[in-house]
Amino acid sequence: MNFFEWLGKADLFPLWNSLRIAAISCVLVFFLGIFFAYYAARLPRWLKGILDVILTLPLVLPPTVCGYLLLLVFGVNRPVGAWLLSHGIQFAMKWYGGVLAASLVAFPLMYRTARGAFESFDKNLGYAGQTLGLSNSYIFWRVRMPACRQGILAGTVLAFARALGEYGATSMFIGYIEGRTATVSTTVYMLYQNSKKDPAVLYWVLVNLLISTVVLLVVNLLEARQKKVVKA
Amino acid sequence: MSLIVDIHKDLGGFVLDAAFEAEKGVTTLLGPSGCGKSLTLKCIAGIEKPDAGHIELDGRVLYDSKRHVNLKPQQRQVGYLFQNYALFPNMSLRQNILCGMRAVKGREEKERRLGEMLAMMRLEGLEKHKPAQLSGGQQQRAALARILVSEPKLLMLDEPFSALDAHLRDSLKVEMRDMLQAFGREVLMVTHSREEAYTMSDSIAVMDEGRLLTCKPTKSVFADPGSVPAAVLTGCKNIAPARKVGDCEVEVPSWGIRLTTGRPVGEGLAAIGVRAHYFNASAPQNRFPVVYQEELEEPFELTIQFRYAGQDPRSEPVWWRLPKEKRPAQFPAELGVSPANILLLYK
Repeated sequence: MNFFEWLGKADLFPLWNSLRIAAISCVLVFFLGIFFAYYAARLPRWLKGILDVILTLPLVLPPTVCGYLLLLVFGVNRPVGAWLLSHGIQFAMKWYGGVLAASLVAFPLMYRTARGAFESFDKNLGYAGQTLGLSNSYIFWRVRMPACRQGILAGTVLAFARALGEYGATSMFIGYIEGRTATVSTTVYMLYQNSKKDPAVLYWVLVNLLISTVVLLVVNLLEARQKKVVKA
Repeated sequence: MSLIVDIHKDLGGFVLDAAFEAEKGVTTLLGPSGCGKSLTLKCIAGIEKPDAGHIELDGRVLYDSKRHVNLKPQQRQVGYLFQNYALFPNMSLRQNILCGMRAVKGREEKERRLGEMLAMMRLEGLEKHKPAQLSGGQQQRAALARILVSEPKLLMLDEPFSALDAHLRDSLKVEMRDMLQAFGREVLMVTHSREEAYTMSDSIAVMDEGRLLTCKPTKSVFADPGSVPAAVLTGCKNIAPARKVGDCEVEVPSWGIRLTTGRPVGEGLAAIGVRAHYFNASAPQNRFPVVYQEELEEPFELTIQFRYAGQDPRSEPVWWRLPKEKRPAQFPAELGVSPANILLLYK
């Protein structure tokens, strides 16, 4: 069975699940990252320092620890998780719990790149807009965001790629249920555990490699096109 | 109609205290970098908030700490030309200028004003260009156009020529002066260049280390700076500590001489200043023997450094500047200064 035969027959649920988790997380993290990057910059220095540490922590914590922390809060036996469950909402062991796990782990990438972009933004552009009578939200969306486009785009793609490849927190928080919570990365692990010789393991790895390569290619293309526009 | 500013701001280690009034016409804040000039502009624009004080423009209160008035920058109607022009890099020239007219109703009215302004600023045909594709001078005019279409009640220029090449500066100065006159309202300019201040402004406010030292008509600031920092900023090269010894006489210990002054000397004299151009071999007064040291040649002028015969060896040499063609074959043994040219600098 070669790769294409396999692709024709295989249950592609893990791929679809990974993509939707990554896409939703990416949107969430995009707005949250920008929000925190923008407002953290305006806080007093000491508060900014503390917040910065907390917001960046998921980047350096082992993903399994992030998953454990999610269970501590949203586990069905925990106060928050139990309260949510009484209202019919459960995150643990559900595919949309994967969105929480992926978002948590991908958030610092978006937050830090957006913050870096905002910090290098020429403050005078904002001031000039204000003295011209432009509203702060107009300045934010029409001047600041386009000027920081490069950094924000880079952060978004990195966050998407990270969310797509998330394993540790996801496996802790939503586990592996075939056809329900299985993602590409958890599938690779489970198949490998079950049979070290199963060619499907390699094929899933290929799928993962393909998506990641395409994502990075798209970024490079976008950047090249932008440079052309600027030069013209 | 005028701009009234009286503000105080403590930044810990730097204290800004500026009080002045600016009438219609160009007022320049002249001072070394870091003296608080730009901060003053930012306070007037509402970008920075002073700790205390009052800012009023044509009878409209923009800021008053006692009455808790602090208008947003958007409400102040104050035009601010930034040092780097701050054109929005992602927008075309046309879009940039339209940003100044967001409050204007009606598409036709906008187009009419846009066309007028492009013609006035000689920017026709460049509407689709991004700021990065414009030359330095075009960028400056574009930024000014964007401000003028918003019809500000006050125009502020922060070091308007510093981003331009030296050879462009002089021609743009003339252009800018004409535009500012056409604007016909209060203009506040910030610069550290005495030449710019002298050519462009009707009056000058001298600032040093956060304090506003003097605010006078341009010519009188240069004729009588009144303090050491103001004398330095207006380009006076020779400044020496001095004390009063008679109604019209001062002693300059480091030069080992006594000078007769044109005006009566007041109390609290700190130093005297003599502009390098004012030494004269044929002046009958304040003549003293001198010893020549160095000669520095510039394209059209000479700077000659000399010391008075009795000058303290630890003190700086005195500068004498003269046009090249007036260079004497034999340097005179004595140099004099007219008493009217002795600047009295007070504490």
